[in-house]
Amino acid sequence: MNPETSPNSPRTHQQPKKVITGDHAVAIGAKLCRVDVVPAYPITPQTLIIEHIADFVSDGELDAKFLTMESEHSVMSAAAAASASGARVFTATSSQGLAFMHEMLYATAPLRLPVVMANASRTLGGPPGIWCEYNDSMGARDSGWLQLYVEDNQEALDMVIQCFRIAEDKRVLLPVMPCLDGFVLTHTVEPVEVPEQEEVDLFLPAYIPDITLDPARPSMIGTFMPAEYIMELRRQTAGAMESAKKAIGEINDEFARRFGRNYGGLIDTYRMEDAEIALITMGTVTSTSRDVVDELRREGRKVGLVKLRFFRPFPSEELRKVLSGVSAVGVFDRSISFQGGGQSYNEVRSALFGMTIPIINHLAGLGGRDVTREQIMKMFEITLKAAKGEKVNLVNWHNTRGETL
Amino acid sequence: MITIKELSDDNLFTAGHTACPGCGVAMSIRNAIRVLGKDAAVYVPASCAVVFGTTFPYGAWKVPFFHTAFENTGACLTGMQAAFEKKGKQVISVGFAGDGGTYDIGLQSMSGAAERNEDVLYICLDNEAYMNTGIQRSGGTPFGAWTTTTPVGTKIQGNRRFKKNLGDIVAAHEIPYYATLSIGHPLDFIRKVEKAKNIRGFRFLHMFTPCIPGWKMDPAKTVEVTKRAVESGMWTLYEVENGEKKITYKPGKMKSVKDYLMMQGRFRHMSEEDIKKLQMWVCRKWNLHYKEKGAPQICEIAPPEEHHAVTEEHREMHGP
Ligand SMILES: Cc1ncc(C[n+]2csc(CCOP(=O)(O)OP(=O)(O)O)c2C)c(N)n1
Ligand code: SF4
Ligand SMILES: [Mg+2]
Repeated sequence: MNPETSPNSPRTHQQPKKVITGDHAVAIGAKLCRVDVVPAYPITPQTLIIEHIADFVSDGELDAKFLTMESEHSVMSAAAAASASGARVFTATSSQGLAFMHEMLYATAPLRLPVVMANASRTLGGPPGIWCEYNDSMGARDSGWLQLYVEDNQEALDMVIQCFRIAEDKRVLLPVMPCLDGFVLTHTVEPVEVPEQEEVDLFLPAYIPDITLDPARPSMIGTFMPAEYIMELRRQTAGAMESAKKAIGEINDEFARRFGRNYGGLIDTYRMEDAEIALITMGTVTSTSRDVVDELRREGRKVGLVKLRFFRPFPSEELRKVLSGVSAVGVFDRSISFQGGGQSYNEVRSALFGMTIPIINHLAGLGGRDVTREQIMKMFEITLKAAKGEKVNLVNWHNTRGETL
Repeated sequence: MITIKELSDDNLFTAGHTACPGCGVAMSIRNAIRVLGKDAAVYVPASCAVVFGTTFPYGAWKVPFFHTAFENTGACLTGMQAAFEKKGKQVISVGFAGDGGTYDIGLQSMSGAAERNEDVLYICLDNEAYMNTGIQRSGGTPFGAWTTTTPVGTKIQGNRRFKKNLGDIVAAHEIPYYATLSIGHPLDFIRKVEKAKNIRGFRFLHMFTPCIPGWKMDPAKTVEVTKRAVESGMWTLYEVENGEKKITYKPGKMKSVKDYLMMQGRFRHMSEEDIKKLQMWVCRKWNLHYKEKGAPQICEIAPPEEHHAVTEEHREMHGP
């Protein structure tokens, strides 16, 4: 989170803080959004989310239909169907579960169903593993879902609330997937400020869709599309993804005004004003990287940080703008696309096309391996070398045994 | 109970759809929705019915229609119904899924919805193969039938497995209502749809729906084929209500399975030996359903000596 909160914040009181896990924070976020339908299926490290929601429903704290489905494919099917029938729908998944429902991700987005689903980032096997890696959600980046990566439990909670605003915005009407680092956030407690229900109600009005499956006004959703029509539909979905950029910014600003926490919108920056090189990070590695930036700054090195928050829509213009003055940029990736680097690296390269600065990929933390200060320091060192014109590898595997041929 | 005359025709599934003439699926959908009425919302998974009823910019449905994928009818109905209930709307959530979408790829989703006793109506349109993709075998394909994945070769002829007993699988979920229907038996058909409409909980209607190109049959004979299926015992009309099974129509006299097979090109290659094998399967089914032996001249002909091996194998598969 950006430490400087919005100056025009109207809030005068601090809300009570709870010491909770990321999964708990996400569940509370969903409850505050008064979700109507929650289809659920367990998978580590997401399971705590649906368990907390089950508790809320069973204790009468949340008036929602909690559906214990028999698979993730059915979870996303039920989610799409409930959303098409006019309900506000929330669910959560991870890794194998996200892969299993992959087909249904492609149904929700073009049908413009604003489902919100948290993804607890986890290795997609094989080989199997349960710790943090982004190769699960990266496989869904072309499905039409908006995707963002949060840094702490507070952001996880706050973003669930913002996600519904973004998803249901008439300019967007697309599903949104907030991703939180498996275990690092999902199972780690942090103090989190829980917004008041009334404040959330003011920020997020009831979901009133224009078109639903309603016998009083019958419509057909998901009809068979011949080539003469489908291309326009693709263009509309692409257009909605584009307009999401504006909506995300506005909703971020309104959230900051109301709740006093400003996340910066599509990206957040740290000490970029006079930075000569920058590191682009995602998720929890951002927090450690801020410390490293401070340390390097104390040594007089002009380094800065860009936190890539939204991966879809991808903030190309924002990156070009914020990186216009740097002489090299390092890109952290927590997954590999098996064609010469991580997904983020490849996206950044195309976003910066035409700019002549070196763009260096730093692969670290795959499969949940710790990303330490020393590794991040090394990322900056390599990027600094590149800035000075020294020859460095374009793709660097940090703290990894073996060789890349 | 509504009679055929009283049955409203609001054209909720309109004329002008592009199903083959004589399509049993289209006939079943049209008549089922006439009984169910305007307050239904429909889910159709990938199947012929999506193509012939919803190809944009045309649409044959005058009730809300939803489609997303193939294997998820049970789950989509669950989601729809949950939303309707949460919003306080009185809507009947109805799924029209094929045999492929129910016996095979959609079995898990259907089973989940059945086990949870979702308050939805699941209709399986059983044309005994994957028709939309061009006639491939499914778990619902009968023994001996030609399909493009069970071709009539020099070594192997047609489907070598017997039709899966879906009725028992569905009924084993202890749901409020399971029934089999045929468009050739309209009074029974209407009564069962109406009954399913008014029961709460998971209801499953299993409709026998001839397919003209898939069965290689005369489009004028759709109704007749379903009648012969029932007369021969290839299809049985019954219902299971809260665990209690009731035969709703019993043929006066069992007809030979050959009478049924010969109306359809998909069976025309069958050897006498295979026909006998299928006949024995039918006789056993008849016995189980009607609690009596099939017609003696049909069911008690001892198989010829040289076919004993086949008989043993058959017994092993299906019991004595
Ligand atoms: C996951 C998936 N696999 C395969 C298909 C291709 N497919 C579409 S319709 C269909 C056959 C449908 O058969 P059935 O359910 O029996 O319905 P019918 O067309 O025979 O009425 C198949 C295999 C698909 N759409 N989705
Ligand atoms: S192929 Fe068969 S199921 Fe499909 S429309 Fe034609 S008759 Fe009906
Ligand atoms: Mg079929």
